[in-house]
Amino acid sequence: MTLSHCITLSLILCAIGVYGILTRRNLIGILLSVEVILNGANINFAAFAHFKATDPTAGAIFPIFVMAVSACEMAVALAIIISMYRRKKRLDVSRLEELNG
Amino acid sequence: MADFIFAHSYLILALPILSFIIIGLGLNQADKSVVIKLAITLSALSMGYALLTATAYLITVMGQPQLYPAQTLICFDFAWLNFSEKLTANMGIYLDPISVMMIVVITVISFLVNVYSVGYMKDDPSFNRFFALLALFSFSMLGLVISSNILQMFVFWELVGVSSYALIGFWYEKPSAVAASKKAFVVTRFADAFFLIGILIVSFYGRSFDFQVLNSPEPATLLSNSFLPGIFSVNILTLSTLLIFAGGWGKSAMFPLHIWLPDAMEGPTPVSSIIHSATMVVAGVYLTARMFPLFAASNTTLVVIQFIGAFTAIFAAVIAITQVDIKRILAFSTLSQLGYMIFSLGVAKVVTEGGHHHGADINPLGYSAAMYHVFTHAFFKCMLFLGAGAIIHAVHSNDIMKMGGLKKLMPKTYWSLLAACLAIAGVFPFSGFWSKDAILLAALQSGHNITFLVGLVTGGLTAFYMFRFFFLTFHGVARSEFHDVHEDPWMTTPIVLLTIPTISAGLLEHFFVSRVTTQVLTESGHFAHPGWLPFVATGVAFGGIGLAWILYGRGKTDRAVALQSMAGPLYPLVYNKFYIDEVYLFITHKIIFLCIASPIKWFDRSIVDGTMNLCGWLLQLGGKGVRLLQNGQLHFYLSMTIIGFITLLFVGQ
Repeated sequence: MTLSHCITLSLILCAIGVYGILTRRNLIGILLSVEVILNGANINFAAFAHFKATDPTAGAIFPIFVMAVSACEMAVALAIIISMYRRKKRLDVSRLEELNG
Repeated sequence: MADFIFAHSYLILALPILSFIIIGLGLNQADKSVVIKLAITLSALSMGYALLTATAYLITVMGQPQLYPAQTLICFDFAWLNFSEKLTANMGIYLDPISVMMIVVITVISFLVNVYSVGYMKDDPSFNRFFALLALFSFSMLGLVISSNILQMFVFWELVGVSSYALIGFWYEKPSAVAASKKAFVVTRFADAFFLIGILIVSFYGRSFDFQVLNSPEPATLLSNSFLPGIFSVNILTLSTLLIFAGGWGKSAMFPLHIWLPDAMEGPTPVSSIIHSATMVVAGVYLTARMFPLFAASNTTLVVIQFIGAFTAIFAAVIAITQVDIKRILAFSTLSQLGYMIFSLGVAKVVTEGGHHHGADINPLGYSAAMYHVFTHAFFKCMLFLGAGAIIHAVHSNDIMKMGGLKKLMPKTYWSLLAACLAIAGVFPFSGFWSKDAILLAALQSGHNITFLVGLVTGGLTAFYMFRFFFLTFHGVARSEFHDVHEDPWMTTPIVLLTIPTISAGLLEHFFVSRVTTQVLTESGHFAHPGWLPFVATGVAFGGIGLAWILYGRGKTDRAVALQSMAGPLYPLVYNKFYIDEVYLFITHKIIFLCIASPIKWFDRSIVDGTMNLCGWLLQLGGKGVRLLQNGQLHFYLSMTIIGFITLLFVGQ
């Protein structure tokens, strides 16, 4: 397993995430796709830390950091989604367009 | 001692403005008796200090010609505006014979009018406001006369305009009073615009604002070059002095800017009294006298001044003959007397053999006589107005055709007004005789024979219309019902007191003629004193009085009515003041509003506003376009983000 394998994997994950964001109509699906993109980025960090860095600790810390932040973000986002579901009874983003200009 | 008095001469101004501030801000709702005490005390103190200053001035400055060759004293001076290192506008108190005379006249008359107003305004709901504004008016005029430079004078000049606006429109619930105050303000303001341009030109070329500098010979030479070559050549001296005189033209209501003065009668009578005697209208005469040495350097300016003055004198006298409103008669008589003062200043230059003027040929009598007439006229005109106010207060009408037979009902007013009418008619030995005689003598001595004749004829007309008013008001039988006619002591006392100067101001003739002059005017040669002049002038005056007795004596009008019908269309022409007001209306409405204002209005509404509206419309349109992007679709936003990211990625390389 070389660095390019890892980069390819992270690129695939990122592409899957972007595809998910653009095609999913459910808010929870979009949220999951965002998580996939973040994991792609985490793999990149770990791979570069493993193959290139002189001190691999920094590369190991960053994915943990990203995971913690995304966990917080997820908690907030889920809270918003739940309250929105309670109000609207739906989570289809193409129908949630009250905030237009 | 005298230095101490001069150092505190600002008190003359400070007391009235203090009165204005205290009454206007603090005592607006206060009891009348408090306001009366305060207003009269402060104006009496101001008068007392003015008299003290005048005495100190007479002893110190005039009594020591070797110390004060120019008879002037600047007793208060500080730099107010520093325009540049060489040009500074000061605020100061400038004492010379005419300003000292004016502060005495203004404070005395202001005090008497304050006393009179207590009686006249006693039932008015806005009693306190009236006294506050009256104090402001006195303050403005006092500031005007003691100004040491032309810019300071302009500030007070405008203050006089504003306070007269407030006083003429005092009864603002009356539409006619509002219209009159607006008219007075707009007409005088129109003239003041020229005044300001004149100040700018004079200070630019003459390099100073100070009267002392401007009246010395240097600025006249600095100013006396022409610009624009050939037939369009304009002498800067003539142009600027005429522009400055235009300010006085409006303020002193010379023809054709006289239209505001008769309408200003809409104000309360004490206001008319003070406007017509000591403040406001004499400001124009005072300005001309103040700048006289500079004006005298330009022959054209003096000729214009003389012509305008003489024309206004006879023009207003002719109109006054036909008026029936008691205050309008007096208003036109003021116009006529102002004409006297103005042309008297204009005749101070001698006509020489060849018909053209030379710089040195000055006859200072014209200047002194004008100032003397300002002095005497202030007292008898103030009294005439106060008397007219007392009559209106008693009869509740302004129409002299509805009066008559008031002699028995108002004896004190009758005898006082008789003295005033004799004075204004120019009968020996009343004050008006001396000042008018001096004016006529000045015109005759300087060789302005036509102006002299106009003055003489106007004197006869003056005697006629004043006694027409007098006989119709006091003699004969009442032509309408009067109720409860009485004389209020608050009102009668000032009237009676004013008879003293009206009768005795003639004693000051020698003093005025010999001492009230400016240093720059030096007499060139001796002038003849024709002995027949006083007799002719008095004869003309008696002729006028006699004619008035024939037509209106014993309060009868049947002969006059017969004469009116004989005059045909002439009578309505004069009665309607030669339709000057209608001409103004025509010019303003049909020419200025229609031909100038309407196109400008169209330009403003369509072009100026249109451009702005177009800008707004375009921006709105852009905003509508941008709004379409904000459609609320999350997928659209995200795809735009990603497309933007990819674009940046490629553009970045």
